[in-house]
Amino acid sequence: MESSVLFGLSTMAYFVAMMMYITYLAFRKPQVGVLATTITIFGFVSQTIALILRWKEFADLSGMGFMRSVPLTNLYESLVFFVWCLIAGYLIIEFKFKIRSFGAFITPVAGLALAFIDLTGVSKEIQPLVPALKSNWLLAHVTMSFIAYAAFSLSFSTGLMYLITKTEKRNELPYIFWTVTFGIFAVIFVAMGIDMVTFKVAVKPDVFVKTYLFKTSFFSTSPIVKILSWILGLTTLFIIWRYGLFLKKVIDKFNVTADMLDEITYKSIAIGFPIFTLGGLVFGAIWADQAWGVYWSWDPKETWSLITWFIYAFYLHGRMIRGWRGKKVAIVAVIGFMAVIFTYLGVNLLLSGLHAYGGS
Amino acid sequence: MEQGKNKTFVDKIWDFFASVKFAVVIFALISSTSIVGTILDQKAEPAKNLQILTKLFGESLSPILYNIFDKLGFMDMYHSWWFTALLIFFSLNLIICSADRLPRIWKLVKEPLGPVPEANLKKFPIKQEIVIKGNPDTVKDSVKNALKSTLFRFTEIKEESGYQLYAQKGNYSRLGVYITHLSILIILIGAVIGIRFGFKGYLNLPEGDVSHAAFSEMEKELPLGFEIRCDNFDVEFYGESDMPKEYKSWLTIIKDGKEVLRKSIVVNDPLSYEGITFYQSSFGLVPDGLSRGIFIFNVAPAGGQNSTINLRYGDTFQIPGSSVSGKIMNFSPALKIDEHGHASSYANHMDNPAVLIDFFDAGKYKYSGWILKRNPQTWQLPDGPRVEFIDYWGVEFTGLQVRKDPGVWIVYFGCIAMSIGLFIALFLSHRKIWVKLVEEKNNTRVIIGATANKNRTAFERKIDRSMAILNKKQEGEK
Repeated sequence: MESSVLFGLSTMAYFVAMMMYITYLAFRKPQVGVLATTITIFGFVSQTIALILRWKEFADLSGMGFMRSVPLTNLYESLVFFVWCLIAGYLIIEFKFKIRSFGAFITPVAGLALAFIDLTGVSKEIQPLVPALKSNWLLAHVTMSFIAYAAFSLSFSTGLMYLITKTEKRNELPYIFWTVTFGIFAVIFVAMGIDMVTFKVAVKPDVFVKTYLFKTSFFSTSPIVKILSWILGLTTLFIIWRYGLFLKKVIDKFNVTADMLDEITYKSIAIGFPIFTLGGLVFGAIWADQAWGVYWSWDPKETWSLITWFIYAFYLHGRMIRGWRGKKVAIVAVIGFMAVIFTYLGVNLLLSGLHAYGGS
Repeated sequence: MEQGKNKTFVDKIWDFFASVKFAVVIFALISSTSIVGTILDQKAEPAKNLQILTKLFGESLSPILYNIFDKLGFMDMYHSWWFTALLIFFSLNLIICSADRLPRIWKLVKEPLGPVPEANLKKFPIKQEIVIKGNPDTVKDSVKNALKSTLFRFTEIKEESGYQLYAQKGNYSRLGVYITHLSILIILIGAVIGIRFGFKGYLNLPEGDVSHAAFSEMEKELPLGFEIRCDNFDVEFYGESDMPKEYKSWLTIIKDGKEVLRKSIVVNDPLSYEGITFYQSSFGLVPDGLSRGIFIFNVAPAGGQNSTINLRYGDTFQIPGSSVSGKIMNFSPALKIDEHGHASSYANHMDNPAVLIDFFDAGKYKYSGWILKRNPQTWQLPDGPRVEFIDYWGVEFTGLQVRKDPGVWIVYFGCIAMSIGLFIALFLSHRKIWVKLVEEKNNTRVIIGATANKNRTAFERKIDRSMAILNKKQEGEK
C-alpha cells in the first residue's frame, strides 16, 4: 500500500475522532469516548505505517541509506511528523492521567494541521535533498525539534484549558488573555480557510499559498472586503470574550482538575525544554558549524528558537524559584507556544534566512 | 524598610543583579530587540530594509524609521555595542544570581540529614501510618526490606520508644540548575575566545589557483600561514535537473613549498588544517574565465581508441586517426536553445556547459554543433567520430567559508554541560524519608513522613506500594 493512502486514512481518522471527542464532551457518553480513543489509535497506527513507508520510499529514491533519508525535509513532511508526535503525546496523557475530554482540544489541532497541508497546496512530493541537508545530524536535529514542538503544543492546550477553568470574571486579565488568544487563533484559521477556498477556486492550484495569505480578508485590495473582515474578526473576538464562560462550564463537567492541567503543562514543558535545548539548539549549532562554518549566526530561525527558549526558561524559573502556580505561569506557557509557532512556521513563511528549506 | 537601611549601596546593586526581575527584564530586552533583528535583514543593502519597512509601515514613514533604526545600530544589531552590553548584563545576572544562591544551597546539600520529632513527621506532604505486629526490633528489618524498592540507605537511631530510620537521595540534584547556569557562561566564554582569537572569512578560489590568505567581509586579508590550492571543482546534479546534488572541491594544502594534505570537500564535510577550517559554501564562474580555461575532451575516430586532448578557447584540433578536425567557436555555461534555434545562456553557473565546434574534413567545412557536457548523445558526431566533453577546467571558482575558531570546543563543552545540567535539574529529584517505629503493646506503629522536590506523586506511589506489601506480608503471617 502506498504511504499517501495511509496518510489520507489517518487524516480522516483524526477528523472523525475530533467529532467524537467533541460529542463526548457535549453528551458525556462513555461509549462515545471509547470510540473516539479507538479511532485516534487507528489513525495513529496507520500514520505510523505511512511514515515508515514514506521513509523507505525516500531511502529507495535517494539511495543514501536509511539513516540519512529521514522524511523530514520539507514543510509537508514536518507537519505530518509534528501531528504524529502530538497524537503520541496525547495518547500517553490519556492513558496516564485517564482524561479523555482533553482529546477535544488536541485532535482539532492535528486535524487542522493536516487540513492545512491539503488546503495550502504544500507540495507532497518527495523532493531531492539540497547538499546542506545531507548529514547525519538531520535525523537527530529535526526529530528532536519536532518532539519538543509537540510537547510544547500539549502544554499550550492544557495551559489554555487551565486558564479557561480558572477564570470567572470577564474583566480579569487572564480571562481577557485567553479569550483573545483563542479568538485570534480561531479568526486566523477561518481567514486562512477562506484564503484556501478562494485560492483553489480562483487561482491555479498546485502552487503554494504562501504569497496569498490573508489576501482575501485582512490584506485584501478591495477596501470594503478589508474593512469588513477586520470588523468581523473583531466581532468574533468580542463574541468569544462575551460567551467564553460557557466553555468553562463545559470543561467543568468533567473530572479534569485544574491541578492536573497545571501538572501536565509543567511536565510537557519539563520534557520539551531539554529536548529542545539538546536537539534544537545544541545539535543545530553543531550541524551549522559543520555545514556553514558557524555554530551561531543569528539567522532568523536561530534567533526565534532562542526567544522560544527564553520564554520557557522563564516559565521554569517562575515555577521553581518564585513558586508560581496557576494562571501566571499558564499565560507564559501559552505565550511560549506562540513563539514556537512562529519559530516553526512564521520564520519560514514570512522571513528569509538559512533555514529556507521548510518554506515550500 | 528596616532591612533596606542596613544594606550598603553595593549590597543593593548586588541584590538588583541577582534578582529574577532583572533576569526577566534582560530576557525581554534580548528577545524583543532580536525580533526586530529577524525582521530587518542584517548587514543588507539599505534598499532592501527600506522595502521591508515600507511594506510594514507605509511609504511615508519608512525613511524616518530607517534612519532611526540605522542610528540605533539595528542594521547589524547582533554586533552593536548595546546588544553586546545586553549579553554582558545577562552573564552578570547569571554569575551574580548563582553566586548569591549557590553558597546557601551548597550548605544545605552538605548538611547531613537528622531525625525529626514525631509531631513534625505528620506535617510532611507524604504521610503514612500503619500498625504491624511485633516489637520495633523485630519489625525494623522487614520495614527496611519493604522500602527496598525506593533504594534508600537508612541511617538508624535508637529512640526511647523504638527507632527512627531516615535517608535521602538525589541530594546533589539541587546543583543541576547551577551546572546549567555555568554552562551558559562557558558557552559565552567560548564564543568570546572565538571572536577574539579567531576569524571568519571567505575565499573564492579558481580551479588551479593558489592562495596564502582568506578575506574578511571588509575585504581585509587574513593570512593563513600556509597555502591552499583548488585542484578541481565539480557539481553533480539530480538527474536531468539543475538542482545540485553535491558540490565538491579537491583541495591541496601546501606548507613551505611542500604538499602536506589533499582532501576533497563537500557541504557538511569540511577540511581542517592547523586550526583553520575550509567549508564548501558556494561556487561560480571566474570573470575572465574564457582566457584561462582549458577544455578537456576525449576524442576518438569512428570505432577507434579514445585519446585525451587539452585545448584553449579558439583552438583547433585534429581527431587522431581521422581526417576530421575541429575549432572551438563558442562556449556557454548554461546552454539553452529556443524554438527559433537561437542559443543563449540561462544562468551564470555551469548548469549546462556546452561548447560550439566547427568541424572540418580534410580542411573543408562540414558542420557545426553544440556539444553538451551533461548530454552524452551530443558527443557522437554524425559520421562516426566522438568528442566527449569531459570538463572545462579553470573557469569555475569554489566559494570557501574559512574559519579559525579556537573557542569552538569550549562552546561544545558548554553545550554538553548544559544538557547534563538540564537533565539533572528537571528529572532528578531530591527525596527524603523518615520512618519512625514506635512500640505499642507488642505491636509497632510505623509512621512515615517523606518529601520530594519533583515528581512527588511517583514517590508517594512507591511508598504506598511498599506499605501495601508490608501489610500483606503481615496478614499472611497471621
